[in-house]
Amino acid sequence: MAEFNSKDTGAFKGVWVFCEQREGVIMSTSYQLLSEGRKLANDLGVELAGVVLGHNVKEEYLKALGGYGADKVYYCDHELLNVYTTDAYTKVICDLVEEKKPEIFLIGATNIGRDLGPRCAARLHTGLTADCTHLDVDVAKYKEFLKTTSTIDVDNTVFEENTNLKMTRPAFGGHLMATIICPRFRPQMSTVRPGVMQTQAYDEAGAARTVVEKVAVQLSREDIHVDVLEVKKAAKKLVDLIGADVVVSVGRGISKDVEKGLALAEELAGVLGGVVGASRACVDAGWISADHQVGQTGKTVHPRIYVALGISGAIQHKAGMQDSECIIAVNKNESAPIFEVASYGIVGDLYKVAPMLIEAIRTLKASK
Amino acid sequence: MKAIVCVKQVPDTSGVVAVKEDGTMDRAAMATITNHDDLAAVEAALRIKDATGCKVVVVSMGPPPAEGMLRELLAMGCDEAVLVSAREFGGSDTYATSQILAAAIKKIGVEEDDVIFCGRQAIDGDTAQVGPQIAEKLHVPQVSYVAEITVEGKSVTVKRLLEDGYMTIKVATPCLLTCVKELNPARYMSVGGIMECYQKPLEVYNYETLKDDPLIDVDTIGLKGSPTNVYKSFSPPVKGAGMMLEGADKAAVDKLVGLLDEKHII
Amino acid sequence: MDLHLSKEHEMLRKMYRDFAENEVKPLAEWVDENEAFPEETVKKMAKLGMMGIYFPKEYGGAGADVLSYVMAVEEMSKVCGTTGVIISAHTSLCAAPIFENGTEEQKKKYLPKLCSGEWIGAFGLTEPGAGTDAQGQQTTAVKNENGDWVLNGSKIFITNAGYANVFIIIAITGVSTDKKGRKKKEISSFIVERTDKGFSVGKHEKKMGIRGSSTCELIMEDCVIPGDRLLGKQGKGFSIAMKTLDGGRIGIASQALGLAEGAIEETIKYTKERVQFGRRISQFQNTQFQLADMYAKTEAAKWLVYSAAMKKQNHEPYSMDAAMAKLVAAETASDVTRRCVQLFGGYGYTREYPVERMMRDAKITEIYEGTSEVQRMVISANLGVN
Repeated sequence: MAEFNSKDTGAFKGVWVFCEQREGVIMSTSYQLLSEGRKLANDLGVELAGVVLGHNVKEEYLKALGGYGADKVYYCDHELLNVYTTDAYTKVICDLVEEKKPEIFLIGATNIGRDLGPRCAARLHTGLTADCTHLDVDVAKYKEFLKTTSTIDVDNTVFEENTNLKMTRPAFGGHLMATIICPRFRPQMSTVRPGVMQTQAYDEAGAARTVVEKVAVQLSREDIHVDVLEVKKAAKKLVDLIGADVVVSVGRGISKDVEKGLALAEELAGVLGGVVGASRACVDAGWISADHQVGQTGKTVHPRIYVALGISGAIQHKAGMQDSECIIAVNKNESAPIFEVASYGIVGDLYKVAPMLIEAIRTLKASK
Repeated sequence: MKAIVCVKQVPDTSGVVAVKEDGTMDRAAMATITNHDDLAAVEAALRIKDATGCKVVVVSMGPPPAEGMLRELLAMGCDEAVLVSAREFGGSDTYATSQILAAAIKKIGVEEDDVIFCGRQAIDGDTAQVGPQIAEKLHVPQVSYVAEITVEGKSVTVKRLLEDGYMTIKVATPCLLTCVKELNPARYMSVGGIMECYQKPLEVYNYETLKDDPLIDVDTIGLKGSPTNVYKSFSPPVKGAGMMLEGADKAAVDKLVGLLDEKHII
Repeated sequence: MDLHLSKEHEMLRKMYRDFAENEVKPLAEWVDENEAFPEETVKKMAKLGMMGIYFPKEYGGAGADVLSYVMAVEEMSKVCGTTGVIISAHTSLCAAPIFENGTEEQKKKYLPKLCSGEWIGAFGLTEPGAGTDAQGQQTTAVKNENGDWVLNGSKIFITNAGYANVFIIIAITGVSTDKKGRKKKEISSFIVERTDKGFSVGKHEKKMGIRGSSTCELIMEDCVIPGDRLLGKQGKGFSIAMKTLDGGRIGIASQALGLAEGAIEETIKYTKERVQFGRRISQFQNTQFQLADMYAKTEAAKWLVYSAAMKKQNHEPYSMDAAMAKLVAAETASDVTRRCVQLFGGYGYTREYPVERMMRDAKITEIYEGTSEVQRMVISANLGVN
């Protein structure tokens, strides 16, 4: 094997997605990334491969990756890959990248992906863009994207034509968006924010077609400098904000009577068939657990209905919910920034408005 | 043992955010703060100092005014500070930054039982990449998203957060830990600490100081040495104004629910 | 006088502000409503060196200067007048007289515990019959055959009393007759500990403002204390008390200054949000001029306070400066907080906003540690107008 040189950009081909598994189960982020990776691979006319590291992962799970667009699955099986360690995963992935040379490598920006990605990029001497929310290779498609999401006068701006991966991500807490490229090194690496990319419909034929290639893993205990003593799931069932159809969130406005505010949010979420979210202020104040947090440092959601009760709408919060289809905001302060993104706004006391809203929706549903 | 803590001075994005005409952040016009996760890292190191008496060295890469932040960290109880500052280092992306910081940390000296701390991520870039990349360049193990730390001899046991739980990990020193701000609320500077902080050592490492390290090469540092470049940067558009309902009474709520019904939203 | 604050002072200001915003402000309303002494806050402040700011390190102090102390009282008072006066009474009225008049043994015994906040300090001068007329003392201290002092009498309106461990007590140790045959009280000062036999803390006063500050009566019934608790020379008690009050006035002036500044900050914020007649009330010229006047007056008071602090630091005579600082700062605080309530309108009168509390807190600064009338007496006496 020739020596690996990340600068030899012409030698790299294909799109890869790291498909993270925990306890043998592929994480849903992987399907989102494969679906996105499929589009990029089509634009480039190359193959899309999923990369799975684990131990005794079921064949059907591996094949299923084809249902989300993977032409091929590289499966690295080793008992030391069962549970994630930075050392083991970095070694196995870098060995594989050095051998197969993909041009694009996408990793889900999970707590593990964001540990693994930078370590691999540093070892491979290539660039990595963190926590991306949009990806393009085709300039025309990128321009279309900018037309709806930016203030740039797209038609009167010069864009350098190339097929580099254009990795767009929020910066400065969502105040700015930046599109990053990695023109001189390969692979072009990106961690992608969970919940942002849409998962394509499962394709049976694709699953049947996909080829699983078992990779010979070179790994020993000496390669790993940590001991994982325990992996523990949180006792409480965490709220599934990302998958929710309706999110009713509360903010600092419930400080007057936290218990009542939360109870109202739960009741409203109940009648709408949704879950309760919260702004960072509520989580920081200890009123609600961190898994409910929507926003830049919490979760990005785009439900069908997002109700904001007593949320002022700091830009960090808006970053996590502004793509919701219908936003209903209730806030005492008429100049609260949340109203800038709201589809419907009511200036009023949430303790008064929410019960009326619950009542009115109940009446409506009963009448149907 | 000693603790080395990497910190970054960042614009305070929670306040007024100034954007220049070209769409980039006007850092000069904004207030600066010490990155929150980095403060948690400093606090973690200071708690180990409280328990063991170890030395705590803080290191930051940034322009000369970052000295003010380092003095504040000395006033909180850190013992020494290093400011890594040179024109040649400007424009570095995470890869290049980690090369430079790794070289600076090597210059400070990493001994067998040392622990290097970083914040999980900085609020300006939110990349969470520099910590792991420094660890790679120093060839030491890393654990990121650390929420609890116990030091015992030549190993450290930490609780590492996952989205739906946590891992307990034992790691041999020297190692690098990236801390989440939930780890510890940072202590305040003390009056006595403030009175002493200008007497504590603060060294500036410039290009000359670090240039003999193999990590410092024109191809791997600064704007030119950064693998990633900005292709475009832009401001997100303000979403079109929605509809504000008149009043906050039953009539307003009924109207809203009527509209939602009409549009088949509910 | 150098009007530039040092880098350390700027950093201290930042730390005090952070602490006040995060630790003191969230409790201020509760402290007031419940007349609760913020014990936990005092412990936190002590840990940061705020209970012994300007005393040397060798006695457990933080080694900073008087201005650093003034800024602490000011910043705490911006958000909570109670917290401000706790530091002020503890530092200026108890630790300071021990530091300035105590023997080496006394300093070594008391200052480290006071500076670390393990002990809280208070000062007992005022009696039912001796308020502004401090000479009218009734409390007595008599030396017994063992060389111990036996104290009898009571003190009222003693700040920090309910939580203090150490008290500076002013008492009569004898009566002498001068050449003209007039009787003159010999007054001395003592260090009394809470656990001393015969010493007790009496009823807690219910006050208009600074309601979390513990203001109580002290009762001494055959309270026996060792002979070495005499502070300073016998018969010098009145002068020690007056000098202590000179220092105390700088502390109270800082409290008043902070209250005025805090009220202005709240009012600026409010007037930019509140809309009447379709405009933010900050757009009305009345609001603008009121705030401009208030801010200018408060800044003027600030420099009097800082200048008195710097004179004390440099061991220059500062009695008149302290009196001027307290007079101006206290009257400014009362005036400013009253006007801020007015700008808030009806909301200002409710306890939903802090300005009514600030107005109630401010009033006391015109009264304790020498009323404004006493400050005028001190100033005019210094001018030779008598």
